[in-house]
Amino acid sequence: MNGLATTREKVEAGLRRRRRTERVFRLTGILATTVGVLFLGVFFADLIGKGSSAFFQTFIQLDVEFSEDILGPGSTVDLEYADFDGLARSALRRAFPEVTSRGERRELNRLVSVGAGYQLRDMLVADPALLGARRSVWVPASSTVDMFMKGNIDPALDEALRPLSDPQIGWIKGLQDRGRIAKHFNRALFTNGDSREPELAGIRGALMGSFYMLVVTVLLAFPIGVAAAIYLEEFAPRSRWSDLIEVNINNLAAVPSIVFGLLGLAVFINWAALPRSAPLVGGLVLSLLTLPVIIIASRAAIKAVPPSIREAALGIGASQMQVVFHHVMPLAMPGMLTGTIIGMSRALGESAPLLMIGMVAFIVDVPGGFSDPATALPVQIYLWADSPERAFAERTSAAIMVLLGFLLLMNLTAVIVRKRMERKW
Amino acid sequence: MQSTTLILLLAAIAVSAFYLGRSRSLALVGGPRKGSALHSLPGYYGYFTAIWCLLPALAAMLIWISLEARIIVAIVISGLPDAQQALSAGELDLLVNNIRNLAAGDVVSGALDSVLSDAAIRLQELTSISRNMLTVLTLGLAVVGGVVAWLRIKPDFRARNRVEHIVLIALIVASSIAIFTTIGIVLSVLFEAIRFFREVPVAEFLFGLNWSPQTAIRSDQVGSSGSFGAVPLFTGTLLITGIAMAVAVPVGLMTAIYLAEYSTSRVRGLAKPLLEVLAGIPTVVYGFFAALTVAPWVRRAGETMGFEVASESALAAGLVMGIMIIPLVSSLADDAINAVPAAMRDGALGLGSTRSETMIRVILPAALPGIVGGILLAVSRAIGETMIVVMAAGLAANLTANPFEAVTTVTVQIVTLLVGDQEFDSAKTLAAFALGLMLFVVTLLLNVVGLNVVRKYREQYE
Repeated sequence: MNGLATTREKVEAGLRRRRRTERVFRLTGILATTVGVLFLGVFFADLIGKGSSAFFQTFIQLDVEFSEDILGPGSTVDLEYADFDGLARSALRRAFPEVTSRGERRELNRLVSVGAGYQLRDMLVADPALLGARRSVWVPASSTVDMFMKGNIDPALDEALRPLSDPQIGWIKGLQDRGRIAKHFNRALFTNGDSREPELAGIRGALMGSFYMLVVTVLLAFPIGVAAAIYLEEFAPRSRWSDLIEVNINNLAAVPSIVFGLLGLAVFINWAALPRSAPLVGGLVLSLLTLPVIIIASRAAIKAVPPSIREAALGIGASQMQVVFHHVMPLAMPGMLTGTIIGMSRALGESAPLLMIGMVAFIVDVPGGFSDPATALPVQIYLWADSPERAFAERTSAAIMVLLGFLLLMNLTAVIVRKRMERKW
Repeated sequence: MQSTTLILLLAAIAVSAFYLGRSRSLALVGGPRKGSALHSLPGYYGYFTAIWCLLPALAAMLIWISLEARIIVAIVISGLPDAQQALSAGELDLLVNNIRNLAAGDVVSGALDSVLSDAAIRLQELTSISRNMLTVLTLGLAVVGGVVAWLRIKPDFRARNRVEHIVLIALIVASSIAIFTTIGIVLSVLFEAIRFFREVPVAEFLFGLNWSPQTAIRSDQVGSSGSFGAVPLFTGTLLITGIAMAVAVPVGLMTAIYLAEYSTSRVRGLAKPLLEVLAGIPTVVYGFFAALTVAPWVRRAGETMGFEVASESALAAGLVMGIMIIPLVSSLADDAINAVPAAMRDGALGLGSTRSETMIRVILPAALPGIVGGILLAVSRAIGETMIVVMAAGLAANLTANPFEAVTTVTVQIVTLLVGDQEFDSAKTLAAFALGLMLFVVTLLLNVVGLNVVRKYREQYE
């Protein structure tokens, strides 16, 4: 009797402390969960805050005269070397007749991007009748003007500390008063390749590079991965060899991706002499990288097909191969596809191995095939993140948003495929 | 002929071979109604013919393409005058490159002379001859293979077994690619590393305290030797990994515990996908965030507290890397916790212990092997992580344990040594492979042990 009472007292004495520990423990758990979620919130807010402005770009409206005095007379206009920049310059000069000194004119010319000349050339190529005519054209402003318009350059700052001089800011204000400077949707971001000029730089080249790489990857990794999974699940005898393969696949899934890059450099580029910087090589490396992911997912999908299906098919006389290809594989296909899409989204975000095989070069042209030099979207992000210009930081964030958009799309597809096609047994 | 057109032609031949084979099998027994007189279904005779059409042709094509370039270059070189043939291997390479560029119509470095242009013309001729021969060979083999297979078709021919046998071989080949990849990694990294260790002793690499891989181009330049003591890289990697684990392990573990034990299913249904998003963000994005947002923030925070913080501090890279690894730790810990039999948990609760006591005294000890295995995998991930450290950690190899200073890691050095143009056989580039070997061996050990522990533990409770 006495013993029971003391036990009860002991328990009650410790109860407050124990309940407090419990609360603290629970609170730590909540805190820990919030850390991850909070980071995600901060991250996206930061990203959108930095990058959303890159989707809009400052343009200046100029009254351009396609003057024969500047381009050369009539039929002799040399599209390579004619002074198209001069057209933009003279239009600017007409807009600001009060600017006369050489030095000031040079500063005035810096308001307009060097891309203006190309744009005017393309207009003339599309319509040769423009020669001698006068048109009102929106041309891209230079990146410093763009940054000023987006409020990233503080006019109150000392003149020596900012990239725009006082007169330049005055001219921008002048253009603003006349409604001749405005922000439009930044098409160049999606149609241009890389450029040294932020206002002309786009992600098209990188997107195409990533696309070609993923094509190679899916063509190689999906059939090989599915075939390997089928063999390991359905045919492989339990032997040393199949154990070895299994351990191997699990390990490969955890090998650092940069090591795959070293493999690609040594085998595909130095030994097989395939071209550097080519999406073909990138795709080969990425397929080796995603193969374990696809194999593991496909094996899980095959395992989930109930044995009764196999036994029924075997029972009515199908061969083992027929059982697998006619019955098991179609049923396991949703799981295999989901695994493949997830593997592809991993491949799309991968950049470290691509650095090893020379896909970090500065490439202006949009690649047109599997062996053209190219970069990939994540590598483009890496390259832009390294650029000191403020305008590139903005574009990096925009490129990240595009990349995350694609990843989201792929993962959503995977979820939908799984939900729609998965069967419950 | 373009190789794409060639492949399309081959495909067309294979498809027609399928139909020819199928119809022959049916014709032999006298029409589709008598199909049961065949050993296999008619389609298998088709597949059999198509496979024999494709396999030899594709094999020949692969071998031809892989040998073609070397043989042509050898013929071109043997056709050069003696003066050029006597050149050293490096100069000869340069010459061949020039000839190639000339043949492709590109700009050539150096003076144009008749020897070069003759060789270029010869190269062009040989290439086009080789292409034509390739076309004839593959198409010929396809037709011959198809015809031979077609002739072998008899009603009692066991076509299904043949086809299935070939498919089985294909499956085995596909599954051994994983092995070949591993062998490829080991060999490629090992060979270059051995070449590196011929120039730099292993002991100096493993225990040297000074890392400055800049080798000079001329031997009389100042500081030409380059020193390859990798200890600062190892400590830098460990420092950043340590910071990352200090973030990821407690946070990941507590998240897993909270989601498994305390949270309502609605919170779990919300928090888990969000954490998966965290796992799906590409590392280059984390790197950007670390370099442009977290690093300045860490620096400012450090300076207000009176610390001297480098702009590429180990702390910023480590913190972001830790966040990246949280989902990995929490999902592996979640698996381990869920694998503990419910009876143990219910027993502890039934005896009157609180949930935290159940967790700390019963479930965690039982789940410990699984959690430790998961942590090992997370460490391996942190050591091998590249983009975050390339973008947010430094390049200078400082031997320090101060998280506010800039350190460099093994992966950062591999990237900096190999990005850009350089000779492939200088000690500098080879050093990258030696580092790659270290990285591979260490992560492999961690992975093997981690995976084994996780699996053993899972089996124990199943």
